[in-house]
Amino acid sequence: MATKVHMEALSPTMEEGQIVQWLKGEGDEVSSGEVIAEIETDKATMELVARGDGVLLKILTQEGGTAPVGEVIAVIGSEDEDISDLVGGTGGGGDADDDGEDEESADASKEDDEDEDEGEDGDEDADKADASEDDDDADDDEDEASIPDPVKDVDRSDADEKKKEKKDDGDETRVKASPVARRLAEAEGIDLASLEGSGPGGRIVKADVETAVREGPAEKDEPAKAPDRRAPDEEEYEDVPLSQMRKTIARRLVESIGPVPHFFLTIDVDMGRIVEARERINRQLEKDGLKISYNDIVLKTTALALSRHPECNAHWGGDHIRRFNRVHLGVAVAIDDGLITPIVRDAERKGLVEIAQEVRELAGRAREKKLKPEEYTGASFSVSNLGMFGIEEFTAVINPPEAGILAVGAMEERAVVVDGEIVVRPRMKITMSCDHRVIDGAMGSAFLQTLKGILEEPLTAFV
Amino acid sequence: MTDTSTMSREAGKGDESMAGLEGFEKDQLKGFLKEMLLYRRFEEKAEEAYAIGKIGGFCHLHIGQEAVALGFIGPLRQDDYVITAYRDHTQALAKGVDPNGVMAELYGRDSGSARGKGGSMHIFDVEKGFMGGHGIVGAQVPLAAGLGFAIKYREEDRVCVCFMGDAAVNQGAFHEALNMAAIWKLPVLFVVENNEYGMGTAFSRVSALPVKERAAGLGVPAHHVNAQDILATWTLVEELLEKIRAGEGPQYVDARTYRFKGHSMSDPVSGTYRSKDEVESKVKQEDPISLLRDRLFDAEFLTEDELEEMDREVRAVVDEAAEFAEEAPFPAREELYNHVYSEVNEHGRLFFDGRDREGED
Amino acid sequence: MQTITYREALNQALDEEMERDDTVFLMGEEVAEYDGAYKVSKGLLEKFGDRRVVDSPIAELGFAGLGVGAAMGGLRPVIEFMTFNFSILALDQVINSAAKTFYMTGGQIPVPMVFRGPTGAALQLSAQHSQACETWYVHAPGIKLVTPGTPADAKGLLKAAIRDNDPVAFMEGELLYNVKGEVPDVDDGDFVIPLGKADVKREGSDVSIITHGKMVHVALQAAKKLEKDGVDAEVLDLRSLRPLDVEAILATVHKTNRVVYLEEGWPYAGIGAQIAATIQEEAFDYLDAPILRVTQADVPMPYAKNLEQMAKPDADRVVRACNRVLYRNGSAD
Repeated sequence: MATKVHMEALSPTMEEGQIVQWLKGEGDEVSSGEVIAEIETDKATMELVARGDGVLLKILTQEGGTAPVGEVIAVIGSEDEDISDLVGGTGGGGDADDDGEDEESADASKEDDEDEDEGEDGDEDADKADASEDDDDADDDEDEASIPDPVKDVDRSDADEKKKEKKDDGDETRVKASPVARRLAEAEGIDLASLEGSGPGGRIVKADVETAVREGPAEKDEPAKAPDRRAPDEEEYEDVPLSQMRKTIARRLVESIGPVPHFFLTIDVDMGRIVEARERINRQLEKDGLKISYNDIVLKTTALALSRHPECNAHWGGDHIRRFNRVHLGVAVAIDDGLITPIVRDAERKGLVEIAQEVRELAGRAREKKLKPEEYTGASFSVSNLGMFGIEEFTAVINPPEAGILAVGAMEERAVVVDGEIVVRPRMKITMSCDHRVIDGAMGSAFLQTLKGILEEPLTAFV
Repeated sequence: MTDTSTMSREAGKGDESMAGLEGFEKDQLKGFLKEMLLYRRFEEKAEEAYAIGKIGGFCHLHIGQEAVALGFIGPLRQDDYVITAYRDHTQALAKGVDPNGVMAELYGRDSGSARGKGGSMHIFDVEKGFMGGHGIVGAQVPLAAGLGFAIKYREEDRVCVCFMGDAAVNQGAFHEALNMAAIWKLPVLFVVENNEYGMGTAFSRVSALPVKERAAGLGVPAHHVNAQDILATWTLVEELLEKIRAGEGPQYVDARTYRFKGHSMSDPVSGTYRSKDEVESKVKQEDPISLLRDRLFDAEFLTEDELEEMDREVRAVVDEAAEFAEEAPFPAREELYNHVYSEVNEHGRLFFDGRDREGED
Repeated sequence: MQTITYREALNQALDEEMERDDTVFLMGEEVAEYDGAYKVSKGLLEKFGDRRVVDSPIAELGFAGLGVGAAMGGLRPVIEFMTFNFSILALDQVINSAAKTFYMTGGQIPVPMVFRGPTGAALQLSAQHSQACETWYVHAPGIKLVTPGTPADAKGLLKAAIRDNDPVAFMEGELLYNVKGEVPDVDDGDFVIPLGKADVKREGSDVSIITHGKMVHVALQAAKKLEKDGVDAEVLDLRSLRPLDVEAILATVHKTNRVVYLEEGWPYAGIGAQIAATIQEEAFDYLDAPILRVTQADVPMPYAKNLEQMAKPDADRVVRACNRVLYRNGSAD
């Protein structure tokens, strides 16, 4: 009995996934629970496991290909199994739910063929189908009808065939090239996929192929033809395809900055005591090979401050505001093609060292795209720190449904007036973005005051 | 301007038995009867063939109006032109078009008078001067002016007779063409087959003036005639042709007639627009064929045996036409593209449907 | 060679053909005593008399139909429309009679005639007097359509059109009548250009501007501007739209791989739409870019000078379109 491999929803917000790699090839044995593919979701690279035993009979979505959640991307079955019905039935998400049914009907059609005349089986459906070929019911019995409808059936198989062909040579059609460029490339034996297109959207045009021909074995150094080519250093832009993650970031942030009424509060913090404290702590930790960063300290102090201001440690729920009693702190981590916010759970209860170790571990796995969904969803509040890039001050975009995020700037020595004297102090600016539906100015300010207080006088943490 | 209405009224006076027969030979009169009988039988055969699906599309029968065809075409010479609207079968026969060719055209066969490309509404025979069967109401009227223009341009002794239905006099083309025919004195006889209805609309409902008066403002002499009376019609037409050939310019006739059948085969004979009683009374009293037959009986020019023999002969012609049509070949496939252009230019493409590149034969 | 105006070239063609063939006559509004609304028929009444040069009433449907009838009767009428705008009144006779008679008669009755006059916009004549009528005519099988853009083409093609045995629509341009150009001398013999032969008005290798009629001049202006940018544009003048020189179209596509169609008329189902369809059907593998069309704005022609200018195709729009099919910088409209 064949099993369809669906594109599964591997993250809570995933709508489609891209096949990074098939770990099993067609013809390989697979067993239930075995990882058969890596899928890039909107957040991370996930593992897809087999939900049945047998042989991977057919891969329908090739590496690099994208499929919406629910679409059949492969079929597992027994070695000689006829899966033409299943392969034909690739389609929308609807298939995802009726796995079993489809399998049954596929079997049923086989049975019908074999024992046509066993009327005593009392298969009412089959009788009905025979009796009323053009009845609407016939649609339901399509797979079982022993006499195929010449019109409908022929059309469907044709369409399926075409669909299949399209998918099969999907790699080929992904190269965007003008017709004449294709023709020329074929004549010259040039692989279009090896060329960069200079036309709109990266379309490979005739001139690109001609250049490739010229700069190939012949190595002729003719000047480029004026009208349709530009020297590479004149390139105005580069079109980069969107990764799943970039798509999600774009969608979510637009959702945010659009409907979320942001306002911003900035506070300037004197970090003198923290600098001293960190030095002492790190000296102590040295023997254990450990170290804490300013960011770890900011996280810890933020968690503490939030625990005193639950009104800021909250989600906007559309028809309600959810205030969290515990602080699950999202920590923005820059990775190769985007950012992700792994979560330090119960941060207010954790020690600095624990936080430091956890953040480092999460960030490392984030960069490898190995985070599990639960490790990056469900933060109550987030912190973004661009201090290491020398950014003095910035605003961060709220990650809904969270109601606030801190943007932490670089710590730097600045001249400030203390007790009527100009002195040089290590200072750091923190900007809080607030969802005004949840947090009002005074509430946000109060929270920031608390935070500033702890950072400037760490002992107040114990008050 | 001759008002022929007095002529037809006068026809009822004097010796009953010879009423209106003066000036016609006995054989000529019997010939008229046989000719009109041929038209009638031909249309009846067409009706029958249409009913069993041998003829498709529109099919407009001339039953009841036979004297118009004979009266206006009979006096013509072979090289005179006739042009008409889509109720054109019997006018074609009257102009000498082979009944086999007309019937085969109705059947859509290659042996048809227009090679099966025209059909019922577009019978043509240029050899016989029959310039068609035209499908757009009134559109043939400027064409007739053009044929008249060509005759005059080449100083030929020919006439063009242009038939139209009563509805055509409300078309702009009618007025534009009659005006030009008048200013250039074109040799055209415009005949309005006034059967009282444009399809299902009584003429009196769509025109403030009667048919005859509609040409008055255009400078074309206008006449009217009882066109169920073949002899009155024939007499008038001979007179008008003489004027036209003498270079007097166009003439216009309101030929009063009646259609015994529906507008086309797909229309009822009577119904919302005219009553059954009206049709029955017209059929009984104004059938041009019965009227002539009775006058020939009255004058003892015709016996019942002769009439039956006449009918047998015309039926044989019609049956042969139907057999001919039945056996005639359909147009060959290559005929589809033949005759769109009369001159295929040395350069360039004329057809754009891509058939030549689809791999069809 | 003689250098004469487009108007004089047409006049010579009419004169020569009427001289050559007595069945040729000219009919239309103002063609005789007034010497023609645009003086194309100047002097012809005097030379040929009112039998052959005939002033018609203002009745386009009527005299167009009369022309068809005369052709059915064996003459070779040249029916002049003061402008093709007015010929919309005559379209029943053009489409239902002229175009179809030869077919409907099973090849018995040819209709050898010419409908001629200016098409397209002149200057500020507004909506009803400024429209390109090519599509309405070329759409119907049975009609041929010729659109000369230069004096030489006007003469050679009108003579061919008059001699052709099918109805030919011959579309001129009000703004072309004063255009001068070289035309072979009358003494050098019969100068006839066959229908269905396109003409490369400018050789080029980078992009093909395909066009017809008056727009040939706009295309040449555009080509000149493009030349300053280092773009070598080819201008192909179709001259006849039916029969259509498909070979010439394919040749220029094979050469440049990039096409802009320029026409005076509206875009929807316009001439360019047909040309683009033909190219993609028969030269798909030679295209390096999608085919673009430069047409009149898809609106009735406005009166106001500035709006009219915006509505008409001009050289700058052609240059932009060429740049776009060349994928060149700053070329987006």
